[in-house]
This record gives sequence, C-alpha cells and structure tokens, in this order.
Amino acid sequence: MFGLFETGFASFYWGNGVMLAIGAIFLYLGIVKKMEPLLLVPIGFGVILINLPLGGLMDSIVQGNIVEAYAIGGEPAGLLSRIFRYGLVWELIPALIFLGLGAMTDFSPVIANPKTLILGAGAQFGVYFAFFVALFFGSTFSGINIGLGEAASIGIIGGADGPTTIYLTNRLAPQFIGATAVAAYTYMAMVPIIQPPIIKALTSKRERAIYMKPQLRPVSRLEKILFPVIGAIIIILLVPKSAPLIGMFMLGNILKESGVTDRLANTAANAFIDILTILLGVSVGAFMSARSFLQPESLLVFGLGIAAFAVSTFFGVILAKFMNLFLKEKINPMIGAAGVSAVPMSARVVQRMGQQANPRNFLLMHAMGPNVAGVIGTATAAGIFLGILG
Amino acid sequence: MGKEIVEVPITGKITSVNVKSGDQVQEGDVICILESMKMENPILAPVDGVVGEVSVSTGQVVKPGETIVVIDI
Repeated sequence: MFGLFETGFASFYWGNGVMLAIGAIFLYLGIVKKMEPLLLVPIGFGVILINLPLGGLMDSIVQGNIVEAYAIGGEPAGLLSRIFRYGLVWELIPALIFLGLGAMTDFSPVIANPKTLILGAGAQFGVYFAFFVALFFGSTFSGINIGLGEAASIGIIGGADGPTTIYLTNRLAPQFIGATAVAAYTYMAMVPIIQPPIIKALTSKRERAIYMKPQLRPVSRLEKILFPVIGAIIIILLVPKSAPLIGMFMLGNILKESGVTDRLANTAANAFIDILTILLGVSVGAFMSARSFLQPESLLVFGLGIAAFAVSTFFGVILAKFMNLFLKEKINPMIGAAGVSAVPMSARVVQRMGQQANPRNFLLMHAMGPNVAGVIGTATAAGIFLGILG
Repeated sequence: MGKEIVEVPITGKITSVNVKSGDQVQEGDVICILESMKMENPILAPVDGVVGEVSVSTGQVVKPGETIVVIDI
C-alpha cells in the first residue's frame, strides 16, 4: 500500500525547509539578479533536489547498508553521489574546468607588464590570513571542529577561485565542500559590492585618478606560446602539488595560443567547460543537505571566507601602493585589488572606479594582468597547502 | 577654442553611439559603448564641451588609437 510513510513528507523536517528556501534564494539570485547564474542555478536546484527526502540522489552504501547521505568511506549509490565521487572526489571536474579556463584566458596583459604577476601573488595574503584566523577559532573554541585542513579550505576562499576552492577542500576537508564552494562562488558574484568600499578606504581620489596609458605593448605570438610552457615548467617545479590545476590551465592556454588547435580550444572553452559546470554545480548543491550544512562550522566558513576575500583585496591595493614608491611611472593602485582571481569581475570593478575618478582612465587591460595572475597565484597557494598538509 | 580628441583605448566593437555632432557634453558623460573582452565598456567624455566630429558608428570594429569623437572646448 502506498501511504504517507512511502512519500517524502514523513521524513521531511524543518532543516529541509530551510535548505529549500536557501536553494530558492540561489535560484532567485542567479535568475533575477543575474549573479553567477551559470553556477548558482545548478547549485540552487541541486540544493532543492537533495533536500527532498528519500530521493536517493546522494545515497551511499556503507557495510552493505544504504545510507541516505554521502558517506566519505562508502560506495556511492545515487545519481549525484556517483557524479560527486567520480567527478569531484577523483578530482576530475575542477582540474578539467581549469583546462577550459586556460582556453578562455588571454595572458597578454601579464606578458606585456610582468609586474602584475607580483600583484597576483600579493592578493593571496588574505588566504593565509583567514587560514590562521580559522586555526585560532578551531583551537580556542572547543565546539568548533576546525583543524589545519579545514582552515586551509576556508582560507583559499580568499583567492576567489571556485574550482581551486573545491579542489583543495575535497582533499583536505571534504565535509566542508558545500559550504566553501558556495561561499567562494557567492563572494565572487559579490565582488562589485565587497571590493569598492575597501579600495576607497585605502586610496585617495588622486590615487584612483592616476592615469595609465590604455594600450599595453603588442605581444607576439611566440611570447603567447612560450608563456604557458615556461609558466607550467617553473610553477610546477616550484610547487609540484599545483600540477593538476596549473598543468590543465596552461594546456588549455596553449591550445588557444598555438593557432593550430582552434577546434580543441573552442570545445574546451565552450561545450566542454559548460558540461563540467553543470556537473560541478549540481553536485556541489547536492552536498548541501540540511543535516550536513546547517552546522556552526558552515557559518564560520561564510564569515571567514568574506574576511579572507576582503584581506586579499586590502593587500593587493597596499602592495600596489608600495610598488609605487619605487616606480618612476606610477601604477593606479586599484589594479592591485584585481589580484584576487575573480576574472573578469575584479578587473571590471577597477575599470569602473578608475573611470569614475578620471574619465580619461581605461584600466581594464592593466587590471586584467593581476586578475589572470591571481588565478595562477590561487592555484599555487592551493598547491602549497597540499604540499604541506596533503 | 581647444580640441580634445577621444581615442579608442582597446580593440573592440562599438555597440552604441550616444552623442551626435553639436551635442553639449559634460565630463563623465557616456559618448559610446565599446564591447571588448565580452564586456560592455562605456567611453566617457574627458572634458566639458561640444561634440564636433563623430568618427565611429554602431557595429564598427575599432582599434586602439583611432578617433572616436573630437570635443570642442
């Protein structure tokens, strides 16, 4: 007989209701507010699906019994738990997304102005800041379960790079993957809200108005081909654990720049990355079941995540100001804020604020330098954490 | 009376031209929208003045250094 106890209603509790509302908010933000819709829509729908009890989407088998949740040591038995295991836990999806991102990235601004690499590195300070603060919380408050791996996963949110955050969290603190991924993508979408007040607080109008010639020097095809090859060799030799992310990133980039693999580059930058984004989004959302997400640690992830992001912006701007002490031709210190790797949102914020301060300014290309350097910087920071803690 | 030449900053496509010859513009007014790197970038008037010659049209692909408008100040 098909009665109430066979439907999901009997197993539904208030936590599921809260999570359905959160899923609906993600859908609203994605669809109506157009905030990172390519991610928030699949994540939001994944949250809704997983909070409908008895659906079995994230079921796992543990010692012969079916468990209605993802079990780290168990065997995945549901549609989404299988995607999660073989896509995320096996580290395929984030690394392959980097292949697509590489095929979409133009390194010309970095090659034309290598100083911006320093800014991309400087903006990673927030990552380490949040790491130590999270460790402090974990060691001070007995109710909060945060160790080295969890702290690193929270810190990396400051880099504002979704795939890198997911990659690192999966290795060091897999139980946090829903919270860190959502925090990273939410804050990336909120770049235009978070960064301007910090930039304004650190710079005078005169500094924001510093004019930089809009054109950078032309970059040759040979330079564009050599950059991913030499870049991969140097970074991976320095930080071997960054190999999956940096390796795929640079491979995608050489497909784009070689000029002879346009078909592969087009696929990587379009259909390929789109398929992976769907799988990533829905499986991250599916990790946000009420019982695993509604924990005090999740709130800490969100709170420290935004602190990491703010501190990264802070150090990016401060480093640019510091560089100006030694530069004959001054740089606009706002481009330091673009060292967080939220491409191209950060660069766009800098461009807009630069124009507001001085209508002659057109800082987009200058800001794209630290922006793409920031992607390399965050992936390298993740590699450093893995090297030490992995 | 001086002249201010507004030039194309980066390669892209003009998606709209918001001024015509004879228009009075103030510093910060949008002259046109330049689509580049998948972003819509407004090009702003650097000074107050009167638009003289408009050298671009909607749909035109432009390169750095080309003139967008001349503003008489």
